[in-house]
Amino acid sequence: MIASQVLNEWYPVAMEQQIRAGQRRDTQLLGMPISVALQDGVIAVQGPVRTFPVILRFGHVWTCPGTPAHDLFTVPEADQPGRRLVDVGVVRVKCSPLRAVENFLDIAHFPFVHTDVLGAEPHTEVNRYEVQIREDSDEVWATKVTFYQPQAAKSAEGGGQTEYMYRVPAPTASVLYKTCPARPGEWDVIGIFVQPLSEELCEVWPWMALFDDVTPQADLIAFQQMIFVQDRSILENQLPRLLPLDPGMEIPTQADLTSIAYRRWLKKRGLTYGAQMVAA
Amino acid sequence: MIVLYDYVLSASAYKVRLMAALLGVKLQLEAVDFHPGRAHKSAAFAALNPAGTLPVLVDGDLILTESTAMLVYLARTSCAKWLGGDTAKAQAQVQQWLAFSGRLAASLGMARLHDMLLYPGDINALRHQGHAALRELEAALTERRFAEQDWLAGDTPTIADIACFPNVVLSQDGGVSLDDYPAVRLWQRRIRSLDRFIEMPGIHRLHELRAAPVQV
Repeated sequence: MIASQVLNEWYPVAMEQQIRAGQRRDTQLLGMPISVALQDGVIAVQGPVRTFPVILRFGHVWTCPGTPAHDLFTVPEADQPGRRLVDVGVVRVKCSPLRAVENFLDIAHFPFVHTDVLGAEPHTEVNRYEVQIREDSDEVWATKVTFYQPQAAKSAEGGGQTEYMYRVPAPTASVLYKTCPARPGEWDVIGIFVQPLSEELCEVWPWMALFDDVTPQADLIAFQQMIFVQDRSILENQLPRLLPLDPGMEIPTQADLTSIAYRRWLKKRGLTYGAQMVAA
Repeated sequence: MIVLYDYVLSASAYKVRLMAALLGVKLQLEAVDFHPGRAHKSAAFAALNPAGTLPVLVDGDLILTESTAMLVYLARTSCAKWLGGDTAKAQAQVQQWLAFSGRLAASLGMARLHDMLLYPGDINALRHQGHAALRELEAALTERRFAEQDWLAGDTPTIADIACFPNVVLSQDGGVSLDDYPAVRLWQRRIRSLDRFIEMPGIHRLHELRAAPVQV
């Protein structure tokens, strides 16, 4: 039995462009078989017994298998003129959908998993940053995050301090804002939209909204797929497989502030699909 | 400049990037939107490679579409030692492993594409075929160790090792573990410890063999 809090959220289930091009996607959401297809020119999501509501946003198809508790979040920066929107494509990962989001929020692994790209030894220290659960929007935010990066983006030349903000606006989606190499003063926006197939299997749709007039689209896609697939084997080997929400289970450090806030936020809202409440 | 039409997650493309790096040959990489764009199946790409596969290597008027042929070309034009010994037996053994690498791609490689990029396929059959190939490789490498040899063919690494290496190490991406294959695990560590070795997503450098970084 899946909690109504979980059912009433929005989840990504397809890339809009692929469905528009006539592809039909038979897939799974929270253990339910669903299909995403074009019906009379409109993108529809068919659940086991009824059609589910659809929102088209950020180049992806989002659906809610229950009764939507609220609108899907927005990213106002994505509408700024001059941004390149990049659909990176789906990657399946045998892990809890919540672990995929949590990994996206983690900075400390950069030098070890994304070596010489998003981090490098000996620059391993995670400086102090600020985390809050914003009551008005009910989102997790981490701000004033800084980290030394050898190649922060495809368009970056040489290493430097990169500034980040992280945001969790939905249980299985996260968006980060990071220093834009091409336009200092603006943020590049990178998201991961995670489709929970089951509690231990997910499909992840990275997405980007960048200021970069130079890099070919195929290189932008390849760069982000490289980063995400570097994470994939780590995610598939994390134990326990479900995200532990029992505070007695793990000992967090200063660097884990965002992760801890995410876990508390999930617990407070009853968004426990893919999580374990009591240490197994 | 040699041009390689490339995809960052392709085991076959990595084979060629790795060989070039080990040889010190610079490639001009042209990224192709294999996933999600399927640009390798576009009409424009078919003009270059009618088979619609990646990678493709172009050097002047030479166009190669088979990664094992690219290894031969790179080695022959820069350091022929990588082609293996001169004897009939040594040359044939290298060819044997180049062909074998195709079986790894068709089993372990397809299991990986199934599990990671949602390619269709009978995953149990693919993994079963992958294990069958790994058992053969394990037996051969064990025999080589008994003969006090480290590499698949000859007493130095050859294109045979490079051809087989990527899909073996990436097998875990397709749900096939290397736990039962100790000789294979030792061999892949040898390759990862070669000078000028480069990584790809899912194949990491040997952090633990490098000197600890000096604190600045």
